[in-house]
Amino acid sequence: MIALVDGPIDTPAVEGAVRGDAFGAVLTFQGVGRNSFGGRPVRSLYYEAWTEVALRELQAVAADVTARWPQVRIAVAHRVGPVPIGEAAVVIAVGAPHRQEAYEASRFAIDALKARVPIWKKELYEDGEEWIANRP
Amino acid sequence: MRVRVLYFAILKERRGRAQEDVDLPEGATASSAFDHLFPGIGLPVAFAVNEAMVPGVAPLHDGDELAFLPPLGGG
Repeated sequence: MIALVDGPIDTPAVEGAVRGDAFGAVLTFQGVGRNSFGGRPVRSLYYEAWTEVALRELQAVAADVTARWPQVRIAVAHRVGPVPIGEAAVVIAVGAPHRQEAYEASRFAIDALKARVPIWKKELYEDGEEWIANRP
Repeated sequence: MRVRVLYFAILKERRGRAQEDVDLPEGATASSAFDHLFPGIGLPVAFAVNEAMVPGVAPLHDGDELAFLPPLGGG
């Protein structure tokens, strides 16, 4: 499963997409809206995607993961539009025979997503708003 | 030449629209189009032509779809 969704992410569904009888590890990473940035209170987040290309790049990230870890299954859902503090903006689920490759693949996937998938994040503050770039 | 330009995030807000058709001089490149549309903005952007990432020196052609990608913030 690779998805962009404009409401709350169905995390159990993302995890369910990577379960299998051969998988002793199912690892879920959630990127969650945080209430501050550099000490400045954040009221909410807003995400925008270049939909067609973001979906294609997410597919490419998943393909890179399965090329590196052939026994791994991965599912990714990224939310677009408003994201309240405390809710997931992205959920990455990885199923694998063993935990080591699950941890490696999960870390690889979120780093690759942040680096190459055309999605943008705006933070909304009490007194303004700002588009925030990922750090390399 | 006439090029369709796509804007995202801060560029969409600055321009007040998600896309528009722009007339550019022959010989225009992705980065010269950006400098023409956003003079002095001082924002590092990446370029895509017809949904493929390209360097700023990439030449444009009539009918191309040009996208400016401000720094990414997914995840």
